[in-house]
Order: sequence, then structure tokens, then C-alpha cells
Amino acid sequence: MKKKIMTKVIAAAMTGAMALSLAACGGASSGSSASQGGAAGSASGAAIKIGGSGPLTGAAAIYGTAVKNAAEMAVEEINAKGGTQYELNFQDDAHDAEQATNAYGVLKDWGMQVSLATVTSAPMAAVAPMYKDDHIFGLTPSASSLAAIYEDPDNETNPYGDLFQVCFTDPNQGKASADYFKSHPDLGTKIFVIYNNEDNYSTGVYKKFIDQAKANGLDVVGEATFMNSTVDFSVQVGAAKDSGADLVFLPIYYTPASQIFIAADSMGYKPSWFGIDGMDGILTVEGFDTKLAEGVYLLTPFSADATDDLTKKFVENYKAKYGEIPNQFAADSYDAVYAIAKAVDAAGVTADMSASDICDKMVSQFTSMSFDGLTGKSVTWSASGEVSKTPAAVVIENGTYVGVEN
Amino acid sequence: MNNKRSQIVSFSIIIILYAVLEILLKTGNLSSLFSSLLIPVCCYMAAAIGLNLNVGISGELNLGQAGFMSIGAFTGICVSGMLSGVISNGVIRLVTAMIVGMILAGVFGILIGIPTLKLSGDYLAIVTLAFGEIIKSLVTNLYLGMDSRGLHFSFVQNKVSLEPGGKMLLNGAMGATGTERIASFTAGVILVLICLAFVYNLMDSGSGRAIMAARDNRIAASSIGIDVTRTKMLAFVVSAGMAGAAGALYGLSFSTLEPRKFDFNLSIMILVYVVLGGLGNMTGTLIATMLLVTLPQMLRGLSDFRMLIYAIVLIAMMLITNNEKVKIFIEKMRLRRKEKGAGNGEN
Amino acid sequence: MSFLSYLINGLRLGSVYAIIALGYTMVYGIAKMLNFAHGDVIMVGAYTAFFAATAAGLPLIPAVLLAMAVCTVLGVAIERFAYKPLRSATSLSVLITAIGVSYLLQNAAQLLWTSNPRIFPSLFSNGAFELGGLSISYVTVITIVTCIVIMVCLMLFVNKTRTGSAMRACAEDQGAAALMGINVNRIISLTFAIGSGLAAIASVLLCSTYPTVTPTLGAMPGIKAFTAAVFGGIGSIPGAFLGGLLLGIIEILAGAYISTQLSDAIVFAVLIIVLLIRPSGLLGKKVREKV
Repeated sequence: MKKKIMTKVIAAAMTGAMALSLAACGGASSGSSASQGGAAGSASGAAIKIGGSGPLTGAAAIYGTAVKNAAEMAVEEINAKGGTQYELNFQDDAHDAEQATNAYGVLKDWGMQVSLATVTSAPMAAVAPMYKDDHIFGLTPSASSLAAIYEDPDNETNPYGDLFQVCFTDPNQGKASADYFKSHPDLGTKIFVIYNNEDNYSTGVYKKFIDQAKANGLDVVGEATFMNSTVDFSVQVGAAKDSGADLVFLPIYYTPASQIFIAADSMGYKPSWFGIDGMDGILTVEGFDTKLAEGVYLLTPFSADATDDLTKKFVENYKAKYGEIPNQFAADSYDAVYAIAKAVDAAGVTADMSASDICDKMVSQFTSMSFDGLTGKSVTWSASGEVSKTPAAVVIENGTYVGVEN
Repeated sequence: MNNKRSQIVSFSIIIILYAVLEILLKTGNLSSLFSSLLIPVCCYMAAAIGLNLNVGISGELNLGQAGFMSIGAFTGICVSGMLSGVISNGVIRLVTAMIVGMILAGVFGILIGIPTLKLSGDYLAIVTLAFGEIIKSLVTNLYLGMDSRGLHFSFVQNKVSLEPGGKMLLNGAMGATGTERIASFTAGVILVLICLAFVYNLMDSGSGRAIMAARDNRIAASSIGIDVTRTKMLAFVVSAGMAGAAGALYGLSFSTLEPRKFDFNLSIMILVYVVLGGLGNMTGTLIATMLLVTLPQMLRGLSDFRMLIYAIVLIAMMLITNNEKVKIFIEKMRLRRKEKGAGNGEN
Repeated sequence: MSFLSYLINGLRLGSVYAIIALGYTMVYGIAKMLNFAHGDVIMVGAYTAFFAATAAGLPLIPAVLLAMAVCTVLGVAIERFAYKPLRSATSLSVLITAIGVSYLLQNAAQLLWTSNPRIFPSLFSNGAFELGGLSISYVTVITIVTCIVIMVCLMLFVNKTRTGSAMRACAEDQGAAALMGINVNRIISLTFAIGSGLAAIASVLLCSTYPTVTPTLGAMPGIKAFTAAVFGGIGSIPGAFLGGLLLGIIEILAGAYISTQLSDAIVFAVLIIVLLIRPSGLLGKKVREKV
């Protein structure tokens, strides 16, 4: 009897120990900096506190991790230059509205002065009114829905005013794509759309695209949807093939896109593929045969293969630090931190100011300044928080992005 | 007797906690993190009390509680949105939304319960799981907009086009955005108290005893004239209604809500609160809910390891509470306390 | 695409569900527990096979064998450390523990391997059979054949061998089986070993057709396979096979001919209807209640 109980106690202890050892390996191999989740950067008292939240656990963790990594890197670089010092606190929200409000609470308790807001759209919509109530400046790298910056997203009115975006809004991308198709009939004239109807980003782009396509007189021959749980894409690709479409628009992230390319390849279906910024990353998926993405067009403000010095340096440093190629989210995040730093310097913001005072100064800077970053040159912001920059079309040739003349 | 004492304990826990938290909140001494947890915890408590009635007292495994919360939440949001032009008072709108959410979730409970409560055990569990998934899928495809011409509805394909100034109440996968946050902590506490009072009264009533008899032995219960399906239905529908009201409160506490929030994982989480608190033990459910909702927030310092440690704590808690040695120890403590109490009484 | 090619895609998806469902159903039949961590064992199998094939450069068969070995050890370890101490506890406690194990595996995987998706290498040759305008890829054929072979082997094992009869005895009545001199704990461990080994095979087949490997890869196939097991009558081996195939076919056809948005809802609705008509699933045994 006694022996049996001992076994049970040992069993319980072993479960814990096993898990902990697993966890320990994970920490060592993931190679991220020692300041996980906590405060990164300068330890001195006179640092401006930058907050932010995003999914670091769960199915969307890839996006949050990219933003956190790049933001950490940017803060370290800026701090190393001397001048105004920053401290970053990036919290996990698991791509969930409720947890985002908890994360916001943690950041507020910590004394956040400016913020990267959230990484994904739904959590952003949940915390946006809180940023407004507390009058804290937020610059989201990647939350692209209209609800991120407008109190009334249906009519695009009542902007929160203290929230800005580094990324394009979803409708903006849908419109840009439809306009591109109109001016480039050589890509294809019978258009098919495959999108994720459970995803904010994907449906947001899709809706505006359809409206604009109608206005532009484009021939949309059909559409198919999938869900987060979809594993088999043969139905969607089959429908596109059956409709006789020669141009397939994919306003989706690169992970499902890679599956769609594989499914299309096995069916011998070869239309023109057209993606948006979510497609960036397709070439860096471990194990993906990049030949399948050959000839894919993307309308994206950032490509990791660009040859300008800024991008090259960023990609090199990011790879050295985190062992992977940065994606769109990382680039947006890096730009966000640098844009904040630029505005802080220009407005003469110091670490002893209140978040509310800083917010006023930042808003006036952002609505008047022009910023050069990874994701665009002479980037400006409107008073409602929307970014204005030019997306460039690139095409994948021989496994790298090649610019297309507009 | 014992029963009465545990009832008093659970009511006092809630009321004392409410008083303390409300004072802290009003004086601005409560951290922002804690104030962000107040309303969700109340919602989970109410849903968990309902589920405990269903799982602990009626003995039917239900894996679809999140589905009923979803119905309540989106109904509540729509009701509040539609009434926003008519009733300006937030409290009245909140109460109306919660009542309508509760009723609709209850109606769905009846619709689902009629065919399925004949099933038992794990088959009922899978049917409730399936309903939860179906509800999530349907809500993901609902579009409801409102403008000066009235309401516009469409399903699967978003064909709703609104006049300027119109508002999308439900927007497919995006769910509801721009919701007016009219939920309050006080409303949450009142909801929990009402749910508790209802369940305790039910347990003490003839229907409650019939529910428990049907749980302990279905055939024996029906042989003494208890309509087993009807009693099970009562527990199921009440449980669904509580989840609905909780869902409405939850939905109206955030400015945005996506249908995917109410997935299988949420149903399971609420079940975890119930099982860890003890089947049929309402006080336990309340404490387990508070602990388990707060725990991942307390673990934030661990950063990447947060959810891993949470999983380990969950497993360890199940192993420890079911450990023979611990059980014997608790039993001994209880006996000792009883003896002491009896001794004191005599002197 | 023609109806037939959708049907074949459905059979392929269904075969994968069926293999996973076999693992669910065996564990349920013998240990009477819903092992929700089964889907995450598949995920571990997928990562093992991925690293075996890419980092170690192993060919198909050794990669599958390695994945099977890892999954078997993992399955037995989970049973030993997390479920065995709960042998006398309520089934709900075991269910919650299983959920805990599922969270644990997912989060450990995320820490170990990050959440970046990886594309599973094609371990099978890429060709296809051409049958009168219909093209059926080798992977499809291999998936369906593997599923049938596994089902037949399991049936033979359970019905014709001594260990198999011991398993059936445990499924019938654990107490009586123990009295007959059967080591119940060993049989349960063996069941977990077989179920997890099957999960490894399923992971390779799943990833060969749907090649994205992420830490949450197992969750949805896990739930679908569980549904398939219930559909066919949980505890029944041919039931899991039939349930898996039907579920796959319904999912694909509903997506192709009704609506991709609603295909999941349709799958679950069919499940409910089947359970209302046959409360113990298609091939499940009706258990008569006794007082």
C-alpha cells in the first residue's frame, strides 16, 4: 500500500520534472534574449516605457513573436546609439480580445508611456477604446482592420485619434489589388478569390476587393472560402480550376497559401497567383518547395530580399539574433519602434513626461512627419491614423522577389 | 445542515469579495490588471455554476457550454445595439440584453435537449460538442446590419449593404465590433448571486431531488414515477440560460467579440472549473474559477513558459486531488474538526 | 473537378481520420477514457518524422519507424505518469488531465520548435495513376491502402491472438479480467502503445497530403477523428474505420457541393442525426442498462 502511494507521488513529480526539462531545452534552443516578456533594453531610470501585446502562445504565436523580436532588436539598437533610452515590455495576448485587455492592464500598471498597441486586429479593437480613455499613444505594427483605428469602422468615421497603423488597412489592400488587376489585364481576366472566412484580415480585404472589382468592371468568376481548421484545400482549388479562372487572388497568409500551391500543383492547375502582404514569408517556410511559388505576384510594402542597405542590414541582424528570416510583421514592428523614436526626438519628449502629455506631442508629430523605413519611403499618416505608403508589386522568380514595374 | 452552511459560505465569499474589490476599485487602488479580470470572472462563474448543475447535479457531461454563451453574447450585443437609439440608460439595456440572451439560449437548450437528452454519457457529450461547433460555424456566417431603413440580414454571403450611418451588428467572422461597453462588475456579481440562489433553491426543491435521483439511477428513478428526460431537461435548460446571460454580460464588456472565442477550448475550460471545484459543489466552482482565471495572469512573469506551467499545474492539481494519500489526509482533518466541534458543543 | 475525384479526396482524408480514430477507439474501449491528448501525439509524430526526413535525411520507412518509436514511448509515458495514477478517479478527472496533457504537449512543442510552420517534405513519389481521365496520386492510394491494412491487422490481432483476447476481456470487465490472471495495467499500456504508434503513421500520412507542420497541427484532426470514432460507435474497430471514411467523404462533398463555410457544421449535423437514430453509433454495441 505504502509503496503504491509512493509510486503515485513519484509519478506526479516525474510528470512535472519531465515537462520542466522539456521546457528548459526549449528555452535554450529558442535562443531568444534573456529578457523574455519582461523589460528589455536600458535599465537606467530615465527610459521611455514602450508597451505592446501580441500572441506569443497559441496558433497565432508566429506573428506576435516576430513583432516582439524585431521591436526588441530595434530598442537595443536605438539604446546603443546613446540619446533617448527606451524600455520595452511586450505581453502575451494569445490573439484573444479578453487577454488583450488583461495585457493592457499589466502594461498600464507597469507605467507604459507609449505603445505598440497589439499585433492582431481583434485584440486591437478590444483595447482601442481603452487607449483612448487613458489617452495613451499607440502605433500598431500590424493590426490592419478598420476597427483598430475607427470607433465606427462601418462608416470609417470617428477615428480614435491617438492610434496609428504602420501597416495598410485591409480595405486599402483590397482596393489596391483590384486597381492593379484593372491596369494589368495581362495577368489574367477571369478572377477567382480564395479567402479565409474565419479571419478578420482576409475577409476585410476580400470585401473591399469585391466592391472595387465591381466598380472597375473586373470579371470575378467565383470565390471559395476556407476556415482555420481546414486541412484539405482540394475543394477550393478544384472550384477555381472548374471555373476556368486564369488569375487567382489570395488575400490570405502564406501558410494556407503554401498548401494551396501544393494542392494546385498536384492537380496540374497553373493560373497566375496574386497575393498581398500576408503572402510574404512564403519563400522562408522551412521545407516548402519554392518552385511551387514561382511566378506568384505579391503586392507588398516589404520584401526580405530587397537590396537596399536598410533592409539588408535589418535582415542580417535579425537572422544573426533569432536564427530566422524576418517577415512582414517583424519589418512593421521594427519600423514602428523607429517611427516612435523619430517622433520622440523631434517633439523633445522625455521619460519624465506623463503618457497623456506624450500622446499629444506624438499625435502632432505623426500627423506632420514623414518617415523612411523598411516598409516604405516618405511614409506619412493621416489624422485618423491611416498610413500612406506605396505598396510595390513583386514577382517570385528563381526563388527570390523581383520588382515589377508598375 | 451542512448544505446550508456551504450555501452561506459561498454567498458570503461573493459579497465580501465584492465589497472589498468595489472599495478598492472606487478608491483607485485596484491594479488595472485586476480590474480587467472582474467582469470576465463573473461571467465564467455564472456559466460554471450552470454547468455544474448540468454536470455535477444532473450528471450529464456537456461539452457545449461555450455555444450557449455564444448565443447569449451575440443576442445580447444585437439587442443592446438595436435599443441604443431607443433606450439611453445603459443599465436597462444591459438587463434587457441579458434577459433576452438568457431566454434565447434557453430556447436553444430546449431545441437541443428534446432530441438529445435520450442519449447518455459520452454520446451526449459528443452531441453537445457538435452543437457547440455548429453554433460557432453558424454565427461565423451571420451578417446583421441596421440602418435607417431597418434591419438587414444575410447568411453565408455578406449581401448586407448599409446606408451611410448604418451599423453592422454582426459581421461574420469579425463578429461584433464597436460594441458599447455597458457591462459592469456590479451586474456580474448580481448575476452570480442570482444563479447561486437559483441553483441552491432548485437543489432543495422536489425537482432538484428528482434531478439527483435521476442522476444516481436513471431506471430506479423512472420506476418511482420521475420523468427522467424532463428533469434532465430542466437542468440542461437552466444551465443553458445561465450561460446565455453570462455570455450577454461578457459580450457587452468588450468593444469587440469574435465568434471563434466560444470554441471547444472555452467549453473545456469551464468544465475544468467545475471539475476542479468539485462536482455539485458550488463554492468549489466559484473558488476554482477565480483561481484558474487569475493563474495565467499571475504567471505572466514566466513569459514564454506561462502556458506550459499552467498545463503542468492543471495536471498536478488533478493528480493531487485524486491522490489516495491526500484524500485520506483531508478526510482525517475533517473528522478531527468535527470531533473538536462536537467536543466544544458539549462543554 | 468531377464527383469521383472529390470522392477519392474524401476517401483519402477519411482514411487519415480513420487511422487516428482507431487510436481513440481502442483507448476508449479498454481504458474507458477520452484521450484528448491523442491529437497532440500526432503532432509530435509529425515533428519527429519531419526532423528525421530533413535534418537526419532518413528515407520514408526509417523516418516512419522512428516517429512510431517516439510516439509509442510518449504514449506509454503519458499513460504511466498522467493517467495511471487516476485509475480509480472519475472519468471526468481523467478527461481534464488529458486536456492538461494536450496543453502541455502543444506548449512544449511551441517552445522547442517555435510556432513557425514547416512544410513536410514529400516522402512519397509524386506520380499519379491515370484511370480514364481521373488522376489518383500515389499518396492517395498509399493512404487508403495503409488504412485498410491497419484495420485488418488490428481486427486479426484483437480477435485471433491471446493478447487480443486479453484486451477484449479488459474492455468487457476489467475486474473480471484481473481475476482471470490478466495483467490489466500491461494491457492498458499496450493499448496506448498501439494507439500512439498508429498516431505516428497517421501523422506521416496526414502531413504528406496536408503538409504544414505546426504545434497546433493535431488539434482539429484530433477532434474530427474523435467525432469519427463516436460516429462509427466508439470502442468498435470497424466502426472507427467506417466512421472515419464517412466523415472524410461528407466533409469534402459538403464543401464541394454545399458550402465550404458550412462544411464543418454539416459534418457535425450529420453526426447528431446518426446518433439520434442509432444512439450508440453506426456499429456500436447497445449496452443494456441494469439496475
